[in-house]
Amino acid sequence: MKIRANLLIGGILFATVVVAGLLAPLLAHTDPVMDANLMYAEEPPGAEFWFGTDAQGRDIYSRVLHGARISLTVGIVSQLINTIIGVCLGLSAGYWGGWWDDFVSGLTNLMLAIPSLIFALAIMAILNPGLTSLLIALGLTNWSFTCRLARASTLSLKSQGYVQAAKVLGYSDIRIMLTQLLPNMLGPIIVIGTLGMGGAVLAEASLSFLGLGIRPPYPSWGSMLSDARDQITTAPWISIFPGLAIFVTVLGLNLLGDGLRDILDPQSRTRRI
Amino acid sequence: MSAPPLLEVRDLQISLAVGNTLFHAVENVSLTIEKGETLGLVGESGCGKSITALALIGLLRPPLIITGGEIRFDGRDIRALPSREMRKLRGNRISMIFQEPMTALNPLSPVGRQIAEMFVLHRGATWNEAEKLAIEALARVRVPAPDRRVKDYPHQMSGGMRQRVMIAIALACSPDLLLADEPTTALDVTVQAEILDLIRELSSAQGTAVLMISHDLGLIANMCRRVGVMYAGHIVEERAAEDIFRSPSHPYTNGLVASLPLLGARARHGRKRLQEIEGVVPPVSAFPNGCRFNPRCHMATEICRTEEPGATMLERGGLVRCHHHG
Amino acid sequence: MAAFLLRRLLQTVPILLAVALIIFILFSVIPGTFASSMSDDGRSVIDVQVMERMNKEFGFNDPVYVRFGKYVAQLVQLDLGTSFRTRQPVTKVLAERMWPTLLLTFASMLFSIVVGVPLGFIAALRPGSWVDTVSMVGAVSGLSLPKFWLGLLMMYLFALVLGWLPSFGYGDGSLRYLVLPSIALGVAPMALLARTTRAAVLEIMNADFVRTARAKGMSERKVVQWHLTRNALVIVLTTIGLQFGTVIGQAVVIEKLFSWPGLGSLLVDSVTLRDIPVVQGAILLIVLSFLVINTLVDVLCALIDPRIKYT
Repeated sequence: MKIRANLLIGGILFATVVVAGLLAPLLAHTDPVMDANLMYAEEPPGAEFWFGTDAQGRDIYSRVLHGARISLTVGIVSQLINTIIGVCLGLSAGYWGGWWDDFVSGLTNLMLAIPSLIFALAIMAILNPGLTSLLIALGLTNWSFTCRLARASTLSLKSQGYVQAAKVLGYSDIRIMLTQLLPNMLGPIIVIGTLGMGGAVLAEASLSFLGLGIRPPYPSWGSMLSDARDQITTAPWISIFPGLAIFVTVLGLNLLGDGLRDILDPQSRTRRI
Repeated sequence: MSAPPLLEVRDLQISLAVGNTLFHAVENVSLTIEKGETLGLVGESGCGKSITALALIGLLRPPLIITGGEIRFDGRDIRALPSREMRKLRGNRISMIFQEPMTALNPLSPVGRQIAEMFVLHRGATWNEAEKLAIEALARVRVPAPDRRVKDYPHQMSGGMRQRVMIAIALACSPDLLLADEPTTALDVTVQAEILDLIRELSSAQGTAVLMISHDLGLIANMCRRVGVMYAGHIVEERAAEDIFRSPSHPYTNGLVASLPLLGARARHGRKRLQEIEGVVPPVSAFPNGCRFNPRCHMATEICRTEEPGATMLERGGLVRCHHHG
Repeated sequence: MAAFLLRRLLQTVPILLAVALIIFILFSVIPGTFASSMSDDGRSVIDVQVMERMNKEFGFNDPVYVRFGKYVAQLVQLDLGTSFRTRQPVTKVLAERMWPTLLLTFASMLFSIVVGVPLGFIAALRPGSWVDTVSMVGAVSGLSLPKFWLGLLMMYLFALVLGWLPSFGYGDGSLRYLVLPSIALGVAPMALLARTTRAAVLEIMNADFVRTARAKGMSERKVVQWHLTRNALVIVLTTIGLQFGTVIGQAVVIEKLFSWPGLGSLLVDSVTLRDIPVVQGAILLIVLSFLVINTLVDVLCALIDPRIKYT
């Protein structure tokens, strides 16, 4: 009932955004960067320009569609990086213990003491703005929760019978970690990963809004909103659609993550982060 | 005409609502407890003894509901009592103590206050008066230095100490009936005896009737005059304690008694291996047809698999539900 | 208690030092960054002479560990260097911007707690009802909204169309200017607190000690009053502590949107202008604030929960 509604609605929303992004070149009416005709600047939404145009005369509808590609790429790839880093660190820390565990735990605590947006901002400050830099910056900021989770799971699974058996059979450490431990913690990791993607999309939008992420003229939803701010009195509609797109995407991912949590990780009721 | 029994339960039926189906977890359960009497209820985990007790005190929560039968307390029908009235009885005239003393107390509140709540709730005392009464209550359950321990938090106390606090709470208002659901199972063996002694002493001093629930036959034998044996939601045998041990009627009871380990002299005369009852207790959703014990019973015949046995009254009082009772 | 507080505060020092190290590595060690960015117009033109002069002046020719040593020594004396842009001591620049950020942060958290926690309570005490469903749907939506979009929309509606509230700035410091930014910033934490509170309350309602309370003959209302509230708050307090960190970080965006003169907008401007000392100092100060607030929340937790030992 409620559980499946989460999955269903979240899945539909997210799928819609993915499809829009994948098919953007087909669905868009104009080229999002090049087709700028000042004659049509700041047109309200209408028959020709479904979402209206911005101050440079570009079709917002087309830009929003193409923006999906950027946001989804950033969201998925950066979260993937985060997950890999978090799992590697957490698994190894829990498995080997000792000074490595102390180091990783200290590092995790450190990361948790720095607000993630600030850290991403700092990294973007020294890299040239652009997609790759953004992926690196965001990929380095959000691995703490995954790391903690992986470590805790490893600690509790380490003493299970089948892990001991694998050791006795002579499996290498890496093989044990990958084949015995990792599959058993996939559920919560997938949940955190899905929710983290939503966070990454929001973070990219925030950084682009601040001018430190994807810079204009590329159609990032965040930078579109930054432009929209200057035009808010003359063309308020510019503010609506990019933000709506972000909202729909993140909402879809959040609902999907919640729904997956109910299936894959039903014990973490209070850890709603 | 003699006074009615304190507690009279007739044909109690408790069901588990899953989706649109009702599974009858407890069925046809009848028992009576006289004033001041101690009745034992024995059975393995999952037989329904705990939910029977919860039903008696009105603490059953969905998806468990009472779907049939009658519960009479002091002559009064309490099954359908409105919750305001039931609250006046709960804690005041019917009390309950639970199995896990570790988690049964509020971790953020001093134990003295948790006992004092009883007096504020049911005796209209002020908090000051209630705190003093709480110290007395702690002394009654033989907690040393009660005036100091009254300020302790639950995590500062041992398991046995916490269970004493639970008993103090339950007996604070001198209830007529105490429901004790496995009160010693989670405690160390040495502490178990002390707690049971305490319950026996206080209940006889205050004239409290006790429903003692346990899976431990030995414990029940010690504490209770009469014993009911439950299996898969039915009471399969109910007799005086000495009779049930000397000559159990129902094959299940027989199995339970036989599975008690023999030590010392008795071991020399009889079996040395531990006896067990084969099989496991069936889940509520999959009760067998006919007599619910039939898959595990070595005396089972065709009639056992199709027809549920009715209650047969035995001489010397008591009843048994079996087609082939001994 | 004072010893506990002191000990917790001291524990933040190594973290602060580690953050300082990270910042130092990021900004002062990466070669070529500084001089090239000082002449940045997007194309990394490096004027060798300018670079030599700059390096000498700011000590970039010294070996790394010497530089870090000097850096830490300066930190301890609370000397954060001089702003490249305004030539003023960084400490002075930060001090001017500290209060507006603190004000905004606390106002948002206050909003989120005052609205979110009761909402979570109510939703949990009537699970499955329309109140519950609406609240939780609202909460998920609140978590998914981009803060600056919400801020932008609110700015449009309440400031430009309705004219009830000012649309940007700190103004004369009156509360009117605080309303829009703090709500925009506070909606997401509010949503999260509503969900966390709801989960905590539901979990407690099924706890053993609540069953004991009911067995005492308590009405549900008294159960909530005497046994539920404190226990739920202990769980929620931890989330509140974590949320402060998120809010401090996210404040950057809201400050920029509303031209709020705080540390966040200072940080963004300094990054854009490559004013490295200010960037370093701002990040350190933000992290310090978060650590201090977290410590205070921990102390609050220890006060409420007797299981947390002081020693």
